[in-house]
Amino acid sequence: MHSQAPAPLLQVEGLTVRFGGVLAVNKVSFAIDRGEVFSLIGQNGAGKTTVFNLISRIYDATAGEIRFAGQRLTTMPAHAIARLGIARTFQNIELFENATVLDNLLIGAHVHRTSGLLGDLLFLPGSRRNELHARERAEDVIELLDLARHRHSRVAGLPYGVRKIVEIGRALCSKPQLLLLDEPSSGLNLEETEDLAWWIQDINRHLGITILMVEHDMTLVSRVSDRVLAMNQGEVLTIGTPEEVQNHPDVIEAYLGNDDDLSGLRRHP
Amino acid sequence: MDVVQVMFSGLAVGCVYALIAFGFVLIYKATEIVNFAQGELMMMGAIGGVILMQWLHLPFLWAALCAVLLMAGLGALVERLTIRPVLGRPQFTVVMLTIGLGYLARGVVTMIPGVGTDTTVLEAPYRGTVWEIGGVMLGAEHGIIILVSAALAIALYALFHFTLIGIAMQATSQNQIAAYYMGIPVRRLNGVVWALSAAVAAIAGLLLAPVTFVHANMGLIGLKAFPAAIIGGFGSLPGAVVGGLTIGLVESLAGFYLPEGFKDVAAYVVILVMLVIRPRGFFGRKQGKKV
Amino acid sequence: MRYLLKTSYADDLRLLPHARQKVWYALLLAALVAAPWLLSPYWLSQIGFILIYSIAGLGLMVLAGFAGLMSLGHAAFLGVGAYTQAILTDHGWPFPAAMAAAALISAAVGVVVGLPALRVKGIYLAIATLAFGFIVEEVLTRWESVTGGNGGLLVGSPEAFGWRLAGNGALYWLALATCVTVTLAVVNLLRTASGRSFLAVRDSEISAESMGINLARTKTTAFALSAAIVGLAGALYAHQLSYLSPEQFGFAQSLDLLLLVVVGGLGSVRGAFLGAIFLISAPQLIALAKDALPASIGQTPGLQLVVYGAVLVLVVMFEPAGLNGIWLRLRTYGEHFPLYRRGMMRLQRSYQKSEQLH
Repeated sequence: MHSQAPAPLLQVEGLTVRFGGVLAVNKVSFAIDRGEVFSLIGQNGAGKTTVFNLISRIYDATAGEIRFAGQRLTTMPAHAIARLGIARTFQNIELFENATVLDNLLIGAHVHRTSGLLGDLLFLPGSRRNELHARERAEDVIELLDLARHRHSRVAGLPYGVRKIVEIGRALCSKPQLLLLDEPSSGLNLEETEDLAWWIQDINRHLGITILMVEHDMTLVSRVSDRVLAMNQGEVLTIGTPEEVQNHPDVIEAYLGNDDDLSGLRRHP
Repeated sequence: MDVVQVMFSGLAVGCVYALIAFGFVLIYKATEIVNFAQGELMMMGAIGGVILMQWLHLPFLWAALCAVLLMAGLGALVERLTIRPVLGRPQFTVVMLTIGLGYLARGVVTMIPGVGTDTTVLEAPYRGTVWEIGGVMLGAEHGIIILVSAALAIALYALFHFTLIGIAMQATSQNQIAAYYMGIPVRRLNGVVWALSAAVAAIAGLLLAPVTFVHANMGLIGLKAFPAAIIGGFGSLPGAVVGGLTIGLVESLAGFYLPEGFKDVAAYVVILVMLVIRPRGFFGRKQGKKV
Repeated sequence: MRYLLKTSYADDLRLLPHARQKVWYALLLAALVAAPWLLSPYWLSQIGFILIYSIAGLGLMVLAGFAGLMSLGHAAFLGVGAYTQAILTDHGWPFPAAMAAAALISAAVGVVVGLPALRVKGIYLAIATLAFGFIVEEVLTRWESVTGGNGGLLVGSPEAFGWRLAGNGALYWLALATCVTVTLAVVNLLRTASGRSFLAVRDSEISAESMGINLARTKTTAFALSAAIVGLAGALYAHQLSYLSPEQFGFAQSLDLLLLVVVGGLGSVRGAFLGAIFLISAPQLIALAKDALPASIGQTPGLQLVVYGAVLVLVVMFEPAGLNGIWLRLRTYGEHFPLYRRGMMRLQRSYQKSEQLH
């Protein structure tokens, strides 16, 4: 019996973007299957975050197609992406600094809002229900990510590592199918990175969320990823399992020149 | 005939707007603060000139020079005492601070006996003189405004683009903490910027005084300079010139051709039009955030 | 110190979680309702003005404090609301309908004023609102057939279905009822998704969008809601003053409103009330102090300007959270007494970074 492989969750074809004279992303194509953890690696300036920004529609593509669960993303407005089931974190934390951790998480649940402005002003039962549901959702995430003691703290005063986790939590509150993590481990120490690896696996296996992440830490990448895409100067070098990619000659050359292997990039525990 | 005179005076008033807008833009370029008290600085320059001439009996040019220098000092002092402590606060708050400074300035000036409450005349030697150019009669007050403004514009442009201080000011405006790291004396520089800005405002006040007379509420004209800065694009010196002249001309022509009341709002209608066709002004830079 | 035991998420949503708060607010409300029988007409009208300015302050707070959109021409909405109320009352509309219309028309103008917000931010937006403020003032002046222009407009008493609200008490209670309603609405806004979307747009537009918040719709809603609230305040203002002229709604009034929210405490509901109290009582206090000062200072028209200016400068420099900040400090001190530590409420220092792309 033929079992047809399910259609990929995210399909990127020939994605290209040009900023002035610079070709930041050049004919990038890849597909992510549902339930995978897919990593994008590459030097700084390779275009990885730009790909993220194209998927979340902060930038407009010059050419190419992005399809999510069969729907074309390439012309959608930025605020429509969350409703489809895509959530993201940012390289330089973009939290709501003047709000509490809880408020940040509650805002994350915005797409599942069932109340309107009038209902909110009058605090009708529908709004009340909406609030309680959002709160329950946020509390689930707080429990998962161990944020209980920071619940009512103002984000601006929290340590860097905690803020990175809050951002992931906020993305999770929108119940995404696809989670985009932009350099989640940057700035985290060894223990925090260890925790992060566990959380990524939890999110992927227990919550069933597909993860696309940009990362520099090769240990983390090898540990959690199913497949890896290496980029250089806006173009795809190769796609494969972590081992395949790390040993690919083009990748080695792009990172370090001809000699040497990538062990210099690993963090030694 | 009339139209030419109207345009000439419009250009002259436009130059004053341009000078005040210069002041904004100078401060904005260096510290990204918008100084709502710029009009009041202009007013104080003019009042200073009047006081020096009336009470100390200084001749016009000496009074003007002293007024400009005193205002420069005042600008640096204001920066040191009130602006420096609040750098880094959200823009809204700092704007409110400058509005407060404007109130203070107006209030204190109103307390000065004589000039504070009356409308005074600044006895510039060229008052009342009329020039004849190509058969057209033009007031010397307007002509002097245009000439001095042009000279000042060129000098300031050169300052920002060809001197180390000017480049340092631009660096500070883009990333204060990085400028600190590079060894730029950010705080001292801000003092210089405010001093310069106040001096330019004082010159604008002294130029305007023979035309509109000197009184404590003169500074409200400064509100018109905002449209000028917007049209040019905040952060652009040539933009301030273009903006100021445009507003001056539009206002004069509106007063001449359109029914009563349009002159007062002409400047504001122009802003709204600009926001529709070109939000960042003719020379403004793109605003945005990189994530 | 007070401890609060909460047993459900619903507890967290309650507006007055402490029993003591309920008592205080009940007493306050009772005192306000009883005011017409306790105070002289003069003081009653002052409290009335405080209530009206509190409503206007709440309106501006929603826009500037919660949504982070600066408005330098907010008096325009006060004017639109006031004139709408005056004109409709003149045409015999019952006051609830007239007030609703004042709010709706003001909201419509708010949507128009908010259009630049969709394209520009920060100081550009502020100056666009300044421009609108001047234009609306000019329209009110020139449209003489409708507004009476500079000659002014007399306002009749509010009426509904044969029942006339004449006399101090009736108008005062109307203002009080409106104020309580608006306050409840704003507080509800803050504890629900609508209010949170405003905060999100204020703090980080990019991540707000990635959370699914439609920036354009949120900003427009903020402007419309803010304008509607200030329009309601304007309607009450019209009856309170019973005589309108366009210069009451010019730049000076817009600055007064800004002064109100900044001195009161930007971003807080209490701040609107504290700011209104300041705005109404300051001229009185200055008048009292005039006699105590030497003539050269006390008798000049510039004294009020100096006081307002000094207060603004001091608030921004030393207590950016305004009167509300002082209130919270005192309350924290009282709650933790004698364990209060210096630095419990400290100001965060931040460095300036340009938002301009280069």
